[in-house]
Amino acid sequence: MKRNSQWVSLSLLLIALGALIFVYKVVRLGYPPYPNMESAAWTVQAKLELTPEKGAVRASLTLPARPTGYSLAQENFVSRGFGLTVKEGTFSRKADWAIRRLRDSKTLYYRALVIQDTRTRSFAPRPAYPPPPDLEEPFATAARDLVNEVRAESADTESFAAAMLNRLTGSEPDENMDLFLTEVSSFHDRVNLAQILLAGARIPTLQLHGIRLDADAQRARLETLLAVYNGDDWLVFDPVSAAEGLPLDFFIWWTGDNELAEVKGAHLKDLQISTRQRVKSSLELAQQRAELQKSRMSLISTLQLPIQTQAVYEILLLIPLGILVIVLLRNFVGLSSFGTFAPVLIALAFRETELLKGIALFVLIVSMGLFFRFYLERLRLLLVPRLAAVVTIVVLLMTAISIISNQFGMDTGLSVSLFPMIIVSMVIERMSVIWEERGAFTSIKEGIGSLFMAAMAYLVMSVDVFAYWVTVFPEVNLLVLGIIIALGRYTGFRLTELRRFKPLVMKEKVIE
Amino acid sequence: MIGRLLSLHKAGVLGLNARNGDYIFHYNQRKYYPLVDDKILCKERMIEENLPVPELIGVLREMHEVGEVSDMLGDRKEFVVKPANGSGGDGILVIVGRQGDYFLDADGRMVDNETLEHHITNVIGGIYSLGGQPDAAMIESLVHFDPVFSRLTYHGVPDIRVIVFKGYPVMAMSRLPTRRSHGKANLHQGALGVGIDLGTGITVGGVSGNSAISHHPDTGAAIAGFHIPGWNRILDMSARCYEAVHLGYLGADIVLDRDLGPLILELNARPGLNIQIANRRGLRHRLDAVDALGDVQHTPGERAQWSMQTLGEAARVAQIAS
Repeated sequence: MKRNSQWVSLSLLLIALGALIFVYKVVRLGYPPYPNMESAAWTVQAKLELTPEKGAVRASLTLPARPTGYSLAQENFVSRGFGLTVKEGTFSRKADWAIRRLRDSKTLYYRALVIQDTRTRSFAPRPAYPPPPDLEEPFATAARDLVNEVRAESADTESFAAAMLNRLTGSEPDENMDLFLTEVSSFHDRVNLAQILLAGARIPTLQLHGIRLDADAQRARLETLLAVYNGDDWLVFDPVSAAEGLPLDFFIWWTGDNELAEVKGAHLKDLQISTRQRVKSSLELAQQRAELQKSRMSLISTLQLPIQTQAVYEILLLIPLGILVIVLLRNFVGLSSFGTFAPVLIALAFRETELLKGIALFVLIVSMGLFFRFYLERLRLLLVPRLAAVVTIVVLLMTAISIISNQFGMDTGLSVSLFPMIIVSMVIERMSVIWEERGAFTSIKEGIGSLFMAAMAYLVMSVDVFAYWVTVFPEVNLLVLGIIIALGRYTGFRLTELRRFKPLVMKEKVIE
Repeated sequence: MIGRLLSLHKAGVLGLNARNGDYIFHYNQRKYYPLVDDKILCKERMIEENLPVPELIGVLREMHEVGEVSDMLGDRKEFVVKPANGSGGDGILVIVGRQGDYFLDADGRMVDNETLEHHITNVIGGIYSLGGQPDAAMIESLVHFDPVFSRLTYHGVPDIRVIVFKGYPVMAMSRLPTRRSHGKANLHQGALGVGIDLGTGITVGGVSGNSAISHHPDTGAAIAGFHIPGWNRILDMSARCYEAVHLGYLGADIVLDRDLGPLILELNARPGLNIQIANRRGLRHRLDAVDALGDVQHTPGERAQWSMQTLGEAARVAQIAS
């Protein structure tokens, strides 16, 4: 017997491909795997109040560039009257406002929607090694001693930086450190000192300035962290507590020693950063994120299509699932129906009518149709005209049901128009033929079988998660295709055959 | 449930999925299907191969030809109308006599000319064909079944179904019409299935639907132990069908005519599985036995002999005893 096992690889390939795209979209692009999920986003706003001094005014604001763990979904500037240029760089961005004459006080706004980003992106490029600090005595000796001492008790850059910061912030500084600390008067000085001492060991450092996104704040406090380069990665330390690691809620606004805003020709009366949390649909955020990351994967979704087309595709994309149910019911359970996939189309009609009402309407139309069909039989019409007559009668019946139910104020009858009338007509035709050939019992049994399969397909297709998956993750259907191909090679018994062939089992037992 | 699954497997029972996937799909090439699905083509093929078939009276392919049916029939009193592409015995009208202007069908009901013509137009329209394509109506002579069967049948014509795998007859049963089946030899329609010992041609026992039955419900005759005449010839004819239509897995339907002996009524590319119930045997072990033969070239006669010697009950008993 010739065996072809190509189907195994094809089926596995399809399943793997579908699953891979699905997982990529969930993990990397943050598409929510379940419908109606919400996640947090932040509106961050910088407000610059300027009061005029004299002459042309230039104001520049450092913009967030690559805040690790976050992305900027939308940005806008409110600055009427000012010319605005945004200087884009990979690791630094800057907005420059300019106006030739400023008459009154003016407020400039920068606003951004900040969403969580799943990518691990570095906030700064690979740095050059800093020159040794040029210090006067006795500082130079003290720095050398400190570096030597700390180096003796550390293994690598990471532990060196941690140990140095610990000495700097420790409650009992030694005399070398004491010497430096006498010169330190502010937090800013302390960060600078840390940088100088680390530069003494030729370790590149970088200041990270940013805010915490943990609660709504009218005036968010700017914080500074210290990044230390270990040759491969940037390590982040809190210069006060010496704790290592970038806090999850820390939003890096800018890096380096410069100021957040610089203003010439006017007085910067106030610079205020505010944050506000917003709950947005995870799906919407994921789409914005995918757009920012320029991911082609986000194109694999019907969400790009016009709304009406989306609605159509939601139904179309559900059909493979319904068909999968039919495959299972036919080849594994062993049920039979009129028309191979007619139950799926009937199930689609049930989506509009709800299950029980749909079944009632279907039974009503089919039984009335059968009644007329039996009458037509007596007229001895030829096959095609008779089928045409049945279709026409079905349409008339559907119209009548709609009109009558509308008069009684029931809207169920209105959705009857979505019944696939050709399918219904074919069911009527097949039922009447079987009725004559094999009797009413067989005919009704098969009719009920079709209806049962339609109901099962409907129940599966009406699961919300499936409807959501096929629209947002159409690749799920690759998975369905893979499963269908695999099922296509099932040559074992059907469930109903266990009963059908029961006599054979008993016989076998007697012999043994 | 798992237990029954395993014991069915052990008994070598062939399920529908296995029949389709492992046998029909592998051994029956699609291009040869029309040779059996179209009963007219099939009959022509059988005649070319010198296999005996019931006489073809005429074929009606177009609606406008329907009016000519009485000319075609002449004064024949007995004939059968069949859809060329029918399935499962649907659409077969058996006329057994004439009474004035009326025909008499197998149940003894009067059929007027108009009803007959309407039936033929339905057949041509495709109401009984697979997929509903337009079809042709075939009129052939009525088989007068061998009177040896008279105690085992109610009206209609009993037939013998032989499953032929790669040219080797592997299982056989007889289908006996009952009152319930309206004289039709179709198990779905209520005919009895009776297993036949391949080695001897003696019936072993029967089923109605899925339940065992020992006596014919209408005639009361015992079903088992009946010797089918001309068994060698029947198996020989079945084996020759393989060369005629090139289908590796087929079912041959054979009737015993009083005067003409065994005739091939039709062939089936997707023979049903109830034959296993009628015989109380699974097909799989026998199909495996044929597969085990490999590529030996046997004549149809040799194949029939092989089947009688290897797949009969005597061989089975001997095997169990040893």
